[in-house]
Parts: sequence; structure tokens; C-alpha cells
Amino acid sequence: MSMPSFNLLAQSILSGIFIGGLYGLIGLGLGLTWGLLRQINLAHFGLVFLAAYMSYHMATVWGFDPLVTLLILPPLFFLFGAGMQWVLSRFAISPFNSLLVTFGITVVMESVIQAIWTADFRRLETHYNDQKFTIGSLYVPVPELVTLVLSVTISVLIWAAMRYTDLGKALRAMAEDGPIAAAFGINQKGMSLMLAGICAALAAVAGICLALTFTLTPSQIFAWVGVVFAVVMLGGLGSALGPLVAGIIIGVSEAITMAVAAPSWAPIVSFSLLIVMLLFRPGKV
Amino acid sequence: MKFFTRILSVVAAAASAAIFLAAPAAAQAPAPLRIGSTLALTGPLSATAMTHKLVGEIYVEQLNARGGLLGRKVEWLVKDDQSKPELARTMYEQLVTSDKVDLLMGPYATGAILSAMGVAQRYNKVLVHHTFGIPSLAKYEMAFPAWSLGSDPGTTVPNTVFDALASSSKPPKTVAFVTSKFPSIHFMTLGAREVAKKLGLQEVLFLEWDFGNRDFGPIAARVKDAKPDLVWMGDIGLEGNMLLDAMKKIDYAPPLHFHTYPAPGPMTKSPDAKNALSLTIFEEHAPFTDNPVAAEFVKVFNERATKAGLPDTSVEVQAAASYSAWQILEAGVRGANSFDDKAIAAWLRKNRVDTIQGRVRFDGPGNYGDDLMKVKQVQNGKWKVIWPTQFAAPGAKLQVN
Repeated sequence: MSMPSFNLLAQSILSGIFIGGLYGLIGLGLGLTWGLLRQINLAHFGLVFLAAYMSYHMATVWGFDPLVTLLILPPLFFLFGAGMQWVLSRFAISPFNSLLVTFGITVVMESVIQAIWTADFRRLETHYNDQKFTIGSLYVPVPELVTLVLSVTISVLIWAAMRYTDLGKALRAMAEDGPIAAAFGINQKGMSLMLAGICAALAAVAGICLALTFTLTPSQIFAWVGVVFAVVMLGGLGSALGPLVAGIIIGVSEAITMAVAAPSWAPIVSFSLLIVMLLFRPGKV
Repeated sequence: MKFFTRILSVVAAAASAAIFLAAPAAAQAPAPLRIGSTLALTGPLSATAMTHKLVGEIYVEQLNARGGLLGRKVEWLVKDDQSKPELARTMYEQLVTSDKVDLLMGPYATGAILSAMGVAQRYNKVLVHHTFGIPSLAKYEMAFPAWSLGSDPGTTVPNTVFDALASSSKPPKTVAFVTSKFPSIHFMTLGAREVAKKLGLQEVLFLEWDFGNRDFGPIAARVKDAKPDLVWMGDIGLEGNMLLDAMKKIDYAPPLHFHTYPAPGPMTKSPDAKNALSLTIFEEHAPFTDNPVAAEFVKVFNERATKAGLPDTSVEVQAAASYSAWQILEAGVRGANSFDDKAIAAWLRKNRVDTIQGRVRFDGPGNYGDDLMKVKQVQNGKWKVIWPTQFAAPGAKLQVN
């Protein structure tokens, strides 16, 4: 194994930071639902891809700038997410059953996406694809940078909201002990609807970023489940900054593995990190 | 009692007369010949399977317009295997045991074909299959390939590619092999490494990735760092596009780049894929379209694919292999003058069949014959065959970035 050049290593690390930002963005909504609503919402992945396809459609068929879809899709998905939570809450579903139910919803979403956009590959070709700049000898692609900036900004905003606002405190109290929080006047149902809506809106943002940087095909929905689950568990359930940090750690680890060893070893990295974390710091996962 | 005996006699006489009168009518219209198959009409492989469905429909229409097979009209019963090999196995069982079809036609994709092959073997049925990627796994003696990639494509295909490259004004001296670990791709890349070694090319990089890899950035950076004259990409579907896209992001374009099984439509549409090389058995230009059967098929397919809204309306490997499969089955039945599977298989093994990809034979290992693969290149947004020169598109020559 020869030592990679500095440039190769630095470019690979940059690539890892970018994909880590996307892991974090997808994991953020999933982790909040899991940690605060006690629902393992696999449909989150379906929502991410649905948003990606809708963004693709709006840009290629209707001529929207993909970044403009950031103003349209998240509010729509907020309503969809809140609606889905309203239905789920009527059945008082346990965390394990939520996994099964939302898996079913994801399969339905995959079929709907396939029926509308077919199983063929779709690529969002926009003027952003060619935009890049250099820092020294490193190339920085603009779509990936946009994803990272959005991921960092949203994660920090949600962290601040959870920590410093009454709303955030109420959500944390609800997650800690729902009945006691309700006794103190917290509207548990309303909070749940709002949080589910926010998480669905986050899925929409992640989907738009995904469409900007990746080729889409419906069956890819499930390809992201493993690594994003690892990100959420490493980052901590219900944490706002954890998924971003974990995503970047996993993304960079994968990229370094690809740069110095074999690309086929990269998928092992995320789960190896998770196992190490479980062994040495079980309380943190 | 006598009364009942008389009644019975009258009824029996009437029935005999009816059978006697009906017999000539039945002889005039024999029962249709039923051919059964599955295709991935839904699921991840459905986009390509729709091409195979359309080709089958066109062929059966043309066949019936020519009077069918041995005087019987042909009915094609196609079931949806949902892109799942295990379901394809169950459905082929149903086709043989429950639907009682007369003949079988293979499905699309290596996994489903392997499943169908097992069922065909159990019931001694002939199976002509479309695009089976691993010839060494074709063990059933009554299975016949319609995709003529030869019995040892891991050696013959790279030989053809490196022959083509040697003809360029600037033949490559160094090569980077980057490959998916997808089964029907990986062995081809390993074969190409061996061929390159024998030809004296210097291997500057060898990388493998798992099918479904998301981040091609580090792979692109390593290729750029290795500075190869040729990048041999063992890619399938859009992997090649994703790698070229990652290369573009770091301002790198390989001088020569070969792709094993790229998604044909997206590759021609991508500006990064200029001069991309790949493999084919048929492209819709001369000399392939000098064959009137091929020319007619191309015309009908283009029209019907456009009408059906298929993403790629041109005839290339998939459509040509599919059409060839039907040609092989028809030739087998006509040659044997029988619908008996063993007679059809015996005839096919002893004879050659004219198809739109050329004349094919089935007397080699796994019933594979010649490797008819050609090298094509993206030129002006279209695939054009450039090697061997006798199959090259008019005026097309190997171009280097």
C-alpha cells in the first residue's frame, strides 16, 4: 500500500466532509423523531426521495431553480408529516410497530415514485452541476457546499431552538416524561404534530440536496438506511448536532478508507465505528 | 327400457355426426402455440425489461403476420417477476405446470435467467435467454444464449478492446482498472487485467467498489493521481456517469475511458462522456441496418418505443439480444419442424442461426459460440461502432480526448 499524496488525501477528506453533511442532514429528522417521538420512522427515507424526485420534476419539467424548491417543498412536507403523525397517533403505535408500519409506508412511496418517474435513472442537470472553485489545489463543488452549509445551519438552528426556546424545552420535557409534561400544560398532541411536520420538512431539504448531488432511482431509498441509522445512533437519539458530527466522522472515515485502502472497504467503516462506540461508550449510543 | 335405448342411440348418432362435421373446422384452425416467459415488468429492472417486452410484442406480431410457427398462431404469455429471481423461478414453474405453455422464452437479467434455467432443466424445456452475463454459469444443455459474448468473455472481450485501442494514433501505455464488484462485471475486469499484463501495459491503479457505492469523489481523486492513459471502468448502470461526474468536479477528464455495461441513454446524453468506449452487439447504423430484417425492426421499434414513452428509443444491446432470442427460437422450431424441446435443442446445437447481430452458433462450452462483441464510442451524442473496422459506422474512427 503506497502512501497517498497530500492532495489526494485532502481532496478525499473534503469529499468525506461533504457526504457526511448529507448523512447528517438525512439523519437529523430521523433522530429527532426517534428520540423525541419514540418512533423509528423509516418513511423518512421515502420522504427524502419523494422530495428529491419532486425537486427534479419541478426543475426539469417546470423550469424551477432547484434552490427555489427549498421554499416550496418543505412547507408541503411539513403538512404531510403532520398529517401522517395525526394518523399514527390515533393508533398509539409502539416504537417497534412504528418500524413495521413506516417500512410499509416506505414501500408504498417507492412504488408511487416508480409509477410516476419509472425505475429508470434520473439526474438533475442544472447550472449548479458545473459550478466549482478552488482553494489552493483543492476543488470545491458548489452543490456539495450548499448541502454542507444547509446541514450545518439547520443543525445549529435546531440545537439553539431546542436549548434556548420554550418550545424546545417543552419538546425535551415531552420526550423525558410525557404525562408529567402534560400535567404542566404542554400540549403533547400538538407538539407531536409540529415535530413530525418539522422532521418531514427536514426530509424535504435533504431530498433537494440529494437531487442536486446524486443520481436518483427508486430502489436507492433503501441503500441509505444502513449508514444513516449508524449516523443517528452514533450521534445520539434526539440530538440536533450529533447526527451532523457523526455524519462527518463517518463520511471522512469512509473517504480516507477509499483513498488509502480499497473503496470496497468503505461500507464497513460506519458499522465498525458503531460497534466500537457500543463497546467502549455504550451509554452514549 | 327400449325407449331409453333408442334415445341413447339417437343422441350417440347426433354426437358422432357433430364430431365428424366439426373435425375439418378444427383442422383449419389449430390451437395457438403458447410461449411463456417472465419479465421484470416492475421493480428496479423494469426500465430495461420494458424494452424486452416491446421487442417480444413486435416479434410475435411479425411472426403471426408471416403465418405463425408451423401453421399455428403464436400467443405470448408474459408474467411479471417483479425483478426478483426467486419469483421468476416460481412463475416459470407455473408456466410449465399450470399454464402448460408449449415453449419457454427466457427472462431478462442474469439472476432471473439462472432461476428460469433451473426450472427449464427440471422439465426438459428449451430456454433461449437474452442477456446472461456469466457464461461459465450456463450449465444446462438445452439453454441457448442470444447475447453472443462467447464462452470466455473475460479474455476475448478485453482482447477486442485492446486491439481497438492499439489502432489509435496514441495507444495507451498505462491503465487504471476501477471496478464494481457486481458479479457479471468483476470477472471481466479481472480478465482485462490479465490481458493488459500480457500485452505489456503498465497497471497504475486497481480499485474495487461495492455495488451501490455512493461517493465516487475519492475514487476519482485516486484515478487523477495515478495519471493513466486509459481508465478501464468495470461499471454498470449509472456508476460510470457518477464517476465521470466526480472526475469533472476535480477538473479531470481521462484521455481514454472504457465502460463495461453503462446505461446507454444517460451515457450518450452526458457531456462528460465524450469519447466513452463500451461494448455492443448491434447499433442502429450501417452495416447492421444493411440487413433488411434489422432495418425493419429498427424502424418499428423506434416508432413503438417513442409511442410507449420508453426513455431510450434506440435499438442497441438489450433490444438486439431480445430480438435475436426470438429469431433463435423460431429457427429452432422451423429447423426441427417440431415443437418438441429435445428436437429443437438438437437442431440448434448442430446448426447456425442468422440473427440481426450476425450468424450465431451454439456448439461451444455452455452452448456459447463466437464472441460477436464490438467496441463502440460516444461520438456527437451517439453510440457508434468503431471496432472491428468492418462493423464501424460510416466515417467513424476511434477518437481520443
